[in-house]
Amino acid sequence: MAYSFDFSAVFDYSDVLLQGILMTVQLTAVGTVFGVGLGIVGAAVMTSRSRILRVIVSAYVELIRNTPFLVQLFFIFFGLPALGFRLSAWEAASLAMVINLGAYSTEIIRAGIEATPKGQIEAGLSLGMNRVQVFRHIIISPAMQRIWPALSSQIVIVMLGSAVCSQIAAEELTYAANFIQSRNFRAFESYFVTTILYLALAIALRFVLKMVGNHMFKRRSHA
Amino acid sequence: MKMRKVFAALGMVAALGVTATTAQAQQGGALERIQQSGVLRVAVPQDFPPFGSVGPDMKPVGYDIDTAQLIATEMGVKLELVPVTSTNRIPYLTTNRVDLVISSMGKNEEREKVIDFTDAYAPFFNGVFGPQDVQVAKAEDLSGKVVGVTRGSVEDIELSKIIPANVTVQRYEDNNGTISAFLSGQVELIATGNVVAASILERNPPRKPEVKFLIKNSPCYVGLNKNETALREKVNEILAKAKSDGSLEQIAQKWLQSGLPADL
Repeated sequence: MAYSFDFSAVFDYSDVLLQGILMTVQLTAVGTVFGVGLGIVGAAVMTSRSRILRVIVSAYVELIRNTPFLVQLFFIFFGLPALGFRLSAWEAASLAMVINLGAYSTEIIRAGIEATPKGQIEAGLSLGMNRVQVFRHIIISPAMQRIWPALSSQIVIVMLGSAVCSQIAAEELTYAANFIQSRNFRAFESYFVTTILYLALAIALRFVLKMVGNHMFKRRSHA
Repeated sequence: MKMRKVFAALGMVAALGVTATTAQAQQGGALERIQQSGVLRVAVPQDFPPFGSVGPDMKPVGYDIDTAQLIATEMGVKLELVPVTSTNRIPYLTTNRVDLVISSMGKNEEREKVIDFTDAYAPFFNGVFGPQDVQVAKAEDLSGKVVGVTRGSVEDIELSKIIPANVTVQRYEDNNGTISAFLSGQVELIATGNVVAASILERNPPRKPEVKFLIKNSPCYVGLNKNETALREKVNEILAKAKSDGSLEQIAQKWLQSGLPADL
């Protein structure tokens, strides 16, 4: 082993790393907020009575869940300009993450909704709640509480999956790592530091999601 | 028994003959030998399109092969192609297995210690390319613009040194990423080699990449053994003629989809 480790070669580029972290966090935030939002709408449709809407949403869910994220991303970034729909790397990456998490969370949230006992819905309706109130208080809140751990895991997976966005030159953490590695040729140090950073990000994200869950559902259960 | 001795003697004479021609070649009789044998042996690449690759009929094709053919035709001799790799092309020459190396070879100091070079016969450079209507002539003109490049490539490293701070450089994983980004219009300008630009032109895109300015220029030269002044002058003469009568221009148009630069 003649290799001498030199981590300073990586930390010389700490501003690049920092920008990468920032973009990964931004992508994850946008992807999570809009993706879960899309998932709630999708799940509501999937459990609704409209057959046409159900078919459309399940086609979307199956299309996204059965194709690679990288291909979806390339299609949006390199493919759509042919139809005159050109997005910047950041926009394309955000859109791809929203669409991707939207499909997965539709399925996760649907499972939560379907676990709602019918009697509770009937009870709500008999108390004079309208459909929107029933959906909000009786269906979606307990459903989200039930599936929150599964959804949290999916959000972490999407955050880690954002690494792929480096392929369309979205300057997130993996892009930063590849960039640094192409300049200092220190693959071990560059990717070691990046691995640790992803690990820290994932642990922090899980913690934040747990806090959000505690806050959201504690209040609900008192109400 | 007698016959065997005769054969042995003949063998020795032949061996001496070979040694003699080898020695002669090293002293500068290559041109004479080529004209006597009627065969020009040229080392060409087989894994570097568009300069040299294996065609559908398993024969080498490319810019280098056409140049070799042009030189052989002008000399009035038959061409013998010897496929080489970039690591063994100079040994092939110095051990006299070939007369010329036409293998998209650039000139540098180390090589010049071992072999000689003729004039340049093919353009090889990297630079910034973009459509005609984008006004860029030097690195400063890129100010505020977006440039696509293949991460870690020579042009990435060199370009990063010379551009103003407000240029956005989009770095892609490989040349295909850079090509796709240009073709889909995600970037208007790319920094790449003229060979990559040629492969974009080959697809006949609506917006054609034209060279805006050079980052690094390293044209290709024909390599030959040292002290072969006669051969070098002959090849230079043929190349000069090919440049002025347009036949080299034709080869460039055919393989690189663009003409020869004026300074070649």
